[in-house]
Amino acid sequence: MAPFDLQASIGSTGSYLLYLAIGFGFGFILESAGFGDARRLAAQFYFRELRVLKVMFTAIIVAMTLIFWSTALGLLDYNEVWVNPTYLWPGIVGGLIMGAGFIIGGYCPGTSLVSMVTLKLDGTFFFLGLVTGILAFGETVGYFNEFWHSSAMGRFTLPEFLHLETGLVVFLVVCMALAMFIGFEWIRDAVYGKEK
Amino acid sequence: MNNVADKTSYWNPYLSGVMLGLLLFLSFFLTSHGLGASGGVNRIAVAVEDLIVPEHVDRTPYIAQMAGGDRAPLSHWIVWQVVGVLFGGFVSGLLRGRVKVQTYHGPQISSRTRWGYAFVGGALMGYGARLARGCTSGQALSGGAVMSVGSWAFMLAVFAGGYGLAWFFRHLWQAGE
Repeated sequence: MAPFDLQASIGSTGSYLLYLAIGFGFGFILESAGFGDARRLAAQFYFRELRVLKVMFTAIIVAMTLIFWSTALGLLDYNEVWVNPTYLWPGIVGGLIMGAGFIIGGYCPGTSLVSMVTLKLDGTFFFLGLVTGILAFGETVGYFNEFWHSSAMGRFTLPEFLHLETGLVVFLVVCMALAMFIGFEWIRDAVYGKEK
Repeated sequence: MNNVADKTSYWNPYLSGVMLGLLLFLSFFLTSHGLGASGGVNRIAVAVEDLIVPEHVDRTPYIAQMAGGDRAPLSHWIVWQVVGVLFGGFVSGLLRGRVKVQTYHGPQISSRTRWGYAFVGGALMGYGARLARGCTSGQALSGGAVMSVGSWAFMLAVFAGGYGLAWFFRHLWQAGE
């Protein structure tokens, strides 16, 4: 049953090649979606273009639905799937700082890689800043280690939080995403006029 | 700027989303992990740091757990994935004629101004991503798809931060009134 013990089935070289291939697909899709261009990413926050919202939430609902179905069919062991452990407040504060970084810098870490490698200078400066920020965190986290490990809730999923069946939560997230697509388009048309 | 030509050559956002969702699912299905970016950049940066100032790396707990002593910071799946992202982005850009030296900036600011803001924004992103234990890929996208409560809270915070500050930085991106 999936996920597989890669070390045992394809060895470390095979695993690294697989991760390389997955990364290749990721970079290819990000670039193809237009995410190497900061103007298109930042436009999300002015409701001018909705690519970020559409790509991200379509990806989330597709992956979430497939994970749910393959688990229900007994093909995938969800308990073996890595679920980011919840550290609520460090996550929220980090997220707010990243929101600021997004509107000021125009990229997120993954999209800046794609921008840099297609020779965009703004993406390259963003990447240099990214490395600086990452290294700065390593140097300073010692001063607030307690906060960084606070509000730890371990593997904590939406169905557990909401006390609802997993399938129902998947359905609700899909509905929410569709409602957001329609709602945001409505806002965009109201602000900028209908697309020609 | 040739917005029209750019627009037609990019994939439809819903198609992009479906492709990304399939890849994300495949990644979880085969490897138990989703997609990531900032963690890989972190390890590569720390590996370089370890070549220059190894004693400092050993003394600083957060980076010592990656590269302290004889630990190899690059022997980790996310590093390989990041290398793959660089290749994939490059090939996609090459096929569509988008690999060229240029600076994307709003109509009201110069390239130089844009570089400064890009650096500052990047630094905030890097710091925030490590504080949140993941970035838009590793937390919001991957954690969101496997329904982690923390990842959803994180995602709301990123959008709240972006939308909350968008008005104050509109001169960077929007046309003048």
